[in-house]
Amino acid sequence: MSEAGTELLSIVAATLRLSAPLVLAALGGLFSERSGIIDIGLEAKMLGSAFASAAVASVTGSAWAGLGAGIAAAVLLALLHAFAAVTQRGDQVVTGMALNILVAGLAPVLATAWFHLDGTTPALPESARFGELALPGATALAELPFFGPVYVRVISGHNGILYFAALAIPLATLALSRTRFGLRLRAVGENPDAVDTAGISVAWLRYRALVITGVLCGLAGAYLSMAAGAGFTRNMTAGRGYLALAALIFGRWRPAPTALACLLFAFADAAQTRLQGVALPIAGVIPVELVSALPYALTVLLLAGFVGVSRAPRALGIPYPANR
Amino acid sequence: MSAAAPAVELRSIEKHFGLVHANRSVSLSLAPGTIHGLIGENGAGKSTLAHILYGTVRPDAGEIRVGGRPIAIHSPRDAMAAGIGMVHQHFMLVETMTVLENLMLGQERGPTLGAGVAAARATLAATARSHDAGLNPDAPVESLSVGQKQRVEIMKALHRGAEILILDEPTAVLTPIEVEALFVELRALARAGKTILLVTHKLKEVMAITDVVTVMRQGAVVAERETKRTTLAELAALMIGRTPRPPSKTPASLGPPILEVDAVSVFDAESIKRVDGVSFQVMTGEIVGIAGVAGNGQAELIEALVGMRAVGAGAIRIAGTDVTMLSVSARRRQGLGHIAEDRLRLGAISTFTATENALLGRQDDADCCHRGLLRRSAVIGTLEEWMRAYDIRPPEPNRRLALFSGGNQQKLVVARELERRPAVLIAGQPTRGVDVGAAELIHERLLALRARGAGILLVSADLDEIRLLSDRILVMCAGRIAGEVDAAADERRLSLLMAGAEAA
Amino acid sequence: MTRAITLRRRVEPALIPLINLAAALVLSAIVVLAAGSDPVEAMVVLARGAAGDRASLGYTLYYATNFILTGLAVALPFHAGVFNIGGEGQAYIGGLLASLVCLFIGPAIGWPAIPLAVLAAAAGGALWALVPAWLFVTRGSHVVITTIMFNFIASAVMTFLIVNVLIAPGQSSPESVAFPVTVWMPSLGALLGPSPLNLTFPLALVLAAAVSILLRASRRGFELRAAGANPEAARAAGISTGAATILALMLGGAIAGLVAVNELMGAQHRLLLDFPAGYGFMGIAVALMGRNRPLGICLAALFFGALYQGGTELSFEMPKVTRDIVVVIEGLTVLFCGALENLFRARIARWLGREMVA
Repeated sequence: MSEAGTELLSIVAATLRLSAPLVLAALGGLFSERSGIIDIGLEAKMLGSAFASAAVASVTGSAWAGLGAGIAAAVLLALLHAFAAVTQRGDQVVTGMALNILVAGLAPVLATAWFHLDGTTPALPESARFGELALPGATALAELPFFGPVYVRVISGHNGILYFAALAIPLATLALSRTRFGLRLRAVGENPDAVDTAGISVAWLRYRALVITGVLCGLAGAYLSMAAGAGFTRNMTAGRGYLALAALIFGRWRPAPTALACLLFAFADAAQTRLQGVALPIAGVIPVELVSALPYALTVLLLAGFVGVSRAPRALGIPYPANR
Repeated sequence: MSAAAPAVELRSIEKHFGLVHANRSVSLSLAPGTIHGLIGENGAGKSTLAHILYGTVRPDAGEIRVGGRPIAIHSPRDAMAAGIGMVHQHFMLVETMTVLENLMLGQERGPTLGAGVAAARATLAATARSHDAGLNPDAPVESLSVGQKQRVEIMKALHRGAEILILDEPTAVLTPIEVEALFVELRALARAGKTILLVTHKLKEVMAITDVVTVMRQGAVVAERETKRTTLAELAALMIGRTPRPPSKTPASLGPPILEVDAVSVFDAESIKRVDGVSFQVMTGEIVGIAGVAGNGQAELIEALVGMRAVGAGAIRIAGTDVTMLSVSARRRQGLGHIAEDRLRLGAISTFTATENALLGRQDDADCCHRGLLRRSAVIGTLEEWMRAYDIRPPEPNRRLALFSGGNQQKLVVARELERRPAVLIAGQPTRGVDVGAAELIHERLLALRARGAGILLVSADLDEIRLLSDRILVMCAGRIAGEVDAAADERRLSLLMAGAEAA
Repeated sequence: MTRAITLRRRVEPALIPLINLAAALVLSAIVVLAAGSDPVEAMVVLARGAAGDRASLGYTLYYATNFILTGLAVALPFHAGVFNIGGEGQAYIGGLLASLVCLFIGPAIGWPAIPLAVLAAAAGGALWALVPAWLFVTRGSHVVITTIMFNFIASAVMTFLIVNVLIAPGQSSPESVAFPVTVWMPSLGALLGPSPLNLTFPLALVLAAAVSILLRASRRGFELRAAGANPEAARAAGISTGAATILALMLGGAIAGLVAVNELMGAQHRLLLDFPAGYGFMGIAVALMGRNRPLGICLAALFFGALYQGGTELSFEMPKVTRDIVVVIEGLTVLFCGALENLFRARIARWLGREMVA
């Protein structure tokens, strides 16, 4: 395999790794937003899960226990969001921001209190993390001329959660288009009145949507602290929640395009460190700091309508009045 | 009439909304297989009653019986279980989903959609009519016409097993042809044994289609009649509570044209031509009425005249000055006034106080603003005068507008626009949602403005109002002026023009 | 009976935020407990740290200045119906322009560069708010998302500039050369010091008063509020809602830009990385707690300033409770004063003896 080829493969592999938490969080946001609830708080759910899973994994030594705790934490936060947005009919943007700020402070406080380190959890040993899974036939196929390295470096050898993230994309698509829940979910995000007069509870639908958001963000957060990293550190989500939201808008609130947008953003991230100091054909040397702004700039361009139009669910962000 | 048990009975229904007594001990009985009309003015309580029957509103007291058995209706689910279906005034459709998906909503028949799709297709086949030729089940609802969307709403109710069908102001958005199609449908449903409750304030339709009619006024039932044994005039008198008193109208003394509309065409957001080469003039001292079923371009025409929508072609002149390119505020400075059709959306801001609403549209005027600062005490002073002159209650300038009744809100908006002494006033539905007393006062004031030499363009779906006030009437249909008639013209000729059946 | 009710009704506007705040504090106390410390002791340390001596008070007011500015930066656009989450980026870019004036024009003309730099800071913030505003008005792009994106873009751009272009030569830490003394914002440290309290504090108070007059008594303010309350009705009344929105956001951005005056010209006397440090986001909490009214914002800013200053003290004296507890209190405040503000409203209304208008 040539030098450039190996380099390319390693970028692709890195892209996949970086995209996993984004895809999960973005799909999570998709469910809540399709139901009509704006979710700026993806950051909080991921961070909360990252902390909870790392904390529990550290104490119990079990990665699975950590995963369970992470999902539970994210679901709890999602329920809080649902309570404020659906039951209390409060401002959804404010709720999301409040949760982001709250968890950003709460996690380090608890971490310091329980582990006596400065706002982090102890580093997790390999046994308490999610390691790489070799897909069947990896060793046997490794020698094949072209397909072999691709299979070994890019497709096999990833984390279980990442494979789940890949699976989640078609699952989400099917759920939305082929199930009763999906039909009702799509309806309630466009016209809650239609759902209400059909005798279906708008609030219950939205609560369930947010629980799904919690589960998916929980997986994303657990990935960050137990698979990609080895423990929780302050602000480790580093804006991924907002990036996921941007990908969701990019993907027009549909699972497959959203996942593609996540891949695009992850690619920018993966390429950035490798492009450092490398002169590109037209642009010359792009400063690494500016490359990191690329996903955000792209999103703004999209929102400005320069890269097509993105239409949000019509009832997005509007509290549904209980008119009893 | 058969002696069978009534399909639906409402007994002594009471409902308060805060201080408003919306339903006072209302009792209603619907015989099976009949079309029963429920009429009343805006605010009479008929919509409330319909919503109570469908479970979206809970009564304070009273009983509901279906097929002789008392049932409790706490939600639409209960109503549907009892066989009651409702076609709402504002459609309950998900625009981006297909006809099939809309039918299936709530009737999915299982966690995956296979069975639900089959059931929906079956209903579609069973309820198919000859005029459904264009109804594609897999088309998104947003591509359908208004009449077709209503068909889908009726099919939805039938798909959910409705034996009793409530229709709330169904003809408000339909063209005359679509209204006929609806009536054909309703007669067929009644023959098949369904019971239909038609809630409306359109007396002609009630006379045309119903078997029995109940009249409500101010929350109470005032009369019930067999349709073939009553007349339109009797129903009107019962609805209003007295014979209507037309305002005195002096003969018109016309001056030069104050508003000239010259071959104006207006396109909407999807580049569909909504106003097609319309030309007319309003002279000083006259009221020109524009009649027509809502949705024929009147709203877009008003927006173009006022300055809220760009003109695609043609010119608009006020007192000879070309204003086609001018902004809303510039046109207001030229002497244009505007009573908006939709008060709560366009005419007023409900979270603002009465004083702040009195400023709306006047914030640039010299009497309201000096060097960028508002002249609050001056504005309050004028408002207090208006409150006396127009009988706006309660006379509290700092009260939030939402706390005033609809009639008083409208009186404030009318006062604001009229007292500015505009040279030309565009009045859209000036008495919509307003009680009779306030409507009479507004009519008087409009005629007074006319006598003082202003030109008024009156756009209303209320034909009676148009005929009462206008000196001449233009009929708008499909974006064009279909014809012009004299105020005393034949009702029939007007209807034909409105239906597009006769050319100018 | 009626007089009692009238008295209670006067109290109501202040009552709800206070009760929401109390709820936030109660929950924070629980968090402190969970962290293994004494909440009462923590409160005492906080209070003492915030106002225990003149220097502490000076610091409290210095922090409050930033909060007044970012609070106004959120509240003013809010009245016009838009949510300005871009305070961080607006402050950052304001800092860029102010620093350029201080570094390159300051040495030439001396103290007259101060008002120039203040204007530059405002202009920087206004410019950074202009693009999202313009995109919103012309393209319908969601302001919340674009302003968040612009925060990140500002961060990336400023990091690049500070690390590569403006960094003081021979330095390893990402800071610019120190500003010449002549362009330092006059200090009020003599009154309440030693502290970084400077002239920006009274400037912020004057701005709060100006915003109040703008909103309540001016024609522009009326247009702004109308555009926010009901854009269609405003348009029908001849108000240009697009212009009103852009004006509101630019003013908000300009005010946020002035954080740079307080931080860079008043306290740090140089440009450094990440100086907005979360003040922009906290502005949301301040605006919510102050119910978007300038007076309320000043009071809320005072509270948050005290929290910040007290929090530093707290992290010295009670190492188990880190500075992050301040962030927790902020988060809970935003939650209760913002999203859950109606949680207690029904009970309060009943106590006030009046029927609620739905």
